[in-house]
Amino acid sequence: MAWRVDLLFFFELAVSAFFVMLIAGLVVYFSIKYRRRSDDEIPPYTPPNPMIEAMYFIVPFLIMLVMFFWGGYVYVRAKQPPANAMQINVIGKQWMWKVQHPEGPREINALHIPIGRPIKLEMTSQDVIHDFGIPAFRIKQDVLPGYYSTEWFVATTPGEYHIFCDQYCGDLHSKMIGTVVAMEPAAYQAWLAGTIPNEPPAVSGARLFQSYGCACHGQRAPTLAGLYMSKVKLDDGREVIADDDYLRESIVEPAAKLVAGYGPIMPTFRGQLTEEQIFDLIEYIKSLGAAMNNAIPGASPAGPQTQPAGPVNGYRPDLLPDQPPARQPPDYTPQGARPQREQ
Amino acid sequence: MTAIPFVSVVEPPRVRETYLNATHTLRSWLLTRDHKRIGILYALTITFMFAIAAGGAALVRINLLTPTGILDEPSMYNKAFTVHGVLMVWWFLVPSIPTTFGNFLIPLMIGARDLAFPRLNLASWYLFVISAVLILAVLFFGGLDTGWTFYTPYSSLFSNTHVTLAVTAIFINGFSSIFTGLNFIVSIHKMRAPGMTWFRLPLFCWALYATSLIFVLATPVLAITLVLIGIEHLLRIGIFDPVLGGDPVLFQHLFWFYSHPVVYIQILPTFGVASEVVTCFARKRPFGYAAIAFSSLAIALIGFLVWAHHMFDAGISPYSGLVFSILSFAVAVPTAIKIFSWTATLYKGSVALETPMLYILGFMGLFTMGGLTGVMLATLGLDMHMHDTYFVVAHFHYVMVGGGVMGYLAAVHFWWPKITGKLYSEFWGKISAAIIFIGFNLTFFPQYVAGYLGMPRRYHSYPPEFQVYNVLSTAGASILAVGYILPLIYLLWSLKFGEDSGPNPWHALGLEWTTPSPPPTENFEETPVVSAPPYAYDLQSPTAAAVT
Repeated sequence: MAWRVDLLFFFELAVSAFFVMLIAGLVVYFSIKYRRRSDDEIPPYTPPNPMIEAMYFIVPFLIMLVMFFWGGYVYVRAKQPPANAMQINVIGKQWMWKVQHPEGPREINALHIPIGRPIKLEMTSQDVIHDFGIPAFRIKQDVLPGYYSTEWFVATTPGEYHIFCDQYCGDLHSKMIGTVVAMEPAAYQAWLAGTIPNEPPAVSGARLFQSYGCACHGQRAPTLAGLYMSKVKLDDGREVIADDDYLRESIVEPAAKLVAGYGPIMPTFRGQLTEEQIFDLIEYIKSLGAAMNNAIPGASPAGPQTQPAGPVNGYRPDLLPDQPPARQPPDYTPQGARPQREQ
Repeated sequence: MTAIPFVSVVEPPRVRETYLNATHTLRSWLLTRDHKRIGILYALTITFMFAIAAGGAALVRINLLTPTGILDEPSMYNKAFTVHGVLMVWWFLVPSIPTTFGNFLIPLMIGARDLAFPRLNLASWYLFVISAVLILAVLFFGGLDTGWTFYTPYSSLFSNTHVTLAVTAIFINGFSSIFTGLNFIVSIHKMRAPGMTWFRLPLFCWALYATSLIFVLATPVLAITLVLIGIEHLLRIGIFDPVLGGDPVLFQHLFWFYSHPVVYIQILPTFGVASEVVTCFARKRPFGYAAIAFSSLAIALIGFLVWAHHMFDAGISPYSGLVFSILSFAVAVPTAIKIFSWTATLYKGSVALETPMLYILGFMGLFTMGGLTGVMLATLGLDMHMHDTYFVVAHFHYVMVGGGVMGYLAAVHFWWPKITGKLYSEFWGKISAAIIFIGFNLTFFPQYVAGYLGMPRRYHSYPPEFQVYNVLSTAGASILAVGYILPLIYLLWSLKFGEDSGPNPWHALGLEWTTPSPPPTENFEETPVVSAPPYAYDLQSPTAAAVT
């Protein structure tokens, strides 16, 4: 990761240094060689040279094409997390980073990770725009309120690295800093074991699911089993992938993307749930299995399930609430004409 | 003793009437419609604003001497860099060359008596002064802490400082820019002297024509955006804040749609100055007149299509990132053409390193570095590491100070004899050009290094490993300050004690040099007729050049 960025940087640095030297060298050389020797000196006319003028255009253009493709390659690669990445949730708020591990531990302004394993951060902000930057890994990403953004990296050397908030966010912007602690996998496991026991997010999510009365899902509302990363048909005919952003939007703005065949009966939970609780709910939905369709990245080959297939981070499946498959959608006919669905 | 009529024997030397001494009352200045006097009014105003903005920079640099920050309150620091940015951008860099030298020189260069709309021109100055008073009121009432970029939702809902007043000031300031731009476009189209065809137009006019296009096309978008912030702030209608159902990134799109072209407002006029100065002090036609003229227009137009390169890490799709990256590379090509053209103009010339030329050669060096580091930032793979670090800070200071301010100072030194009729001290001029070049590099070069190592911008305190770069930078800034104060002293000194310059001390070509210095109110005794190509130094007879 870092070496890819550095290699590109040193290439561009070399090109830049060459052109700065070239321009500076020519300016100094011409200024001395053609210095004004008498006040009434009139230099002769130099006819224009279209070949040289064309070179001015072509040479920079070709060099920049190389830079563009190389830079684009590094960037697109850096924006696509591998499928086996370990996901850690991050919430930014004025002025701290809250980190939530899938195994349960939560930490503030610190991020413990194992080396050698791709880590994907799923990030959102509770207030203004922040930016989660780790200079040592040559990566940064704005963290926006109302959206999920991701970044990923692999740490290769154990050690401690700076986390900086790179997007100005108010008074204590410069205090919104933290430390990445990259550890050998064994040390990481030891660290996990040594942390204060915390419920895994999926379990907290299951509890929230019950206490907020979300049990309609599977009854009058679409089932959540196997929903994650599946294709969802909307009532306006569009199809979307049920990724993290879709799930979040459906919690805070349920009417925005209505599943075909269901009415807008779900109340909004905007303002009632914290960003952490929304993360917990999404982790719970993920624990119910991913889509059956193997064409979708991240889909579970096991297909939709009503219960987690195995223990979720050590919790027995039967401790998690059940998610029956959807019954027939209810006889809900909206006022307007809706095309009759085939049953 | 016979009565002698009271007539002096020696006739007193007749004082030629100029735009400066035609009338003397304050009223005659405040109600003037003379483009030259309005240029002077603008110059005084922006110099004053520059001084205050520089004060903000001084606070920033002093604070960063120690890793913990010398100012006790981080909010003080945030206000200092905001004041520096806001004032420098809208009250110095954007108006700098257009409103002073554009106003003063465009009618002289195209052989006109005044701009097309003299009253509109005066109105633009008054709007500018009103906006300046409002932004100074923001300072007086406690300041602003949003940064010059006003990113939402911080600016609209979270900042407790005077966002609404500041936004109003910038809104009014924008109309002053629009008036100036309109005036230049119409004047260049309609007021050219007989024989002044488009391809005989000085390159300074081409550059300002391109600048004016941006003024007129981009500034309204800023005005709309600022009104939207105001609406969200006052009425809490969700536009940019997600809690109200808005989109925070929408603001960035709208803001940079204006603010990226504004970067070119700040640099294109300097390109114009460079073309005038390089040809004059090399006594050559520009290498590729058409290439320089059209590259100004190309920069102005492509400059409208690159705004999202400020947002590669804001969560835009990687594919739109690719599109904006290649467009950003594309805008660098016409810029490279200009730098190569000025360098090639020196070839087989008669190069004299007078003060304005030193500033322009310095500009070429600094701007080349600023431009090339801009190319690095346009590279997607590098931007995701360097975005929002001191690398970016160094880059845009190399472009805006190394470009915009150096160009302004070159213009001041080049046209000072024309504006005032006086010569300043060449010796001190060269000394100050050298001090500024050295001080500037010492200030901003270390910031490239700190930035690549990861130091974020807008940090009141920082990890101790970055201290060495910050101390170097502050040391450089104090040298730079000396370089800025020196010209103020020797230029003012020249007003009183300087030698008379005569109409054309540099033996430059161009209509503005054919009229006396300082020019009469009506610019030319009779409308000039242009019959030669521009910059035809080679067609001059050697004796003509020797005549002062």
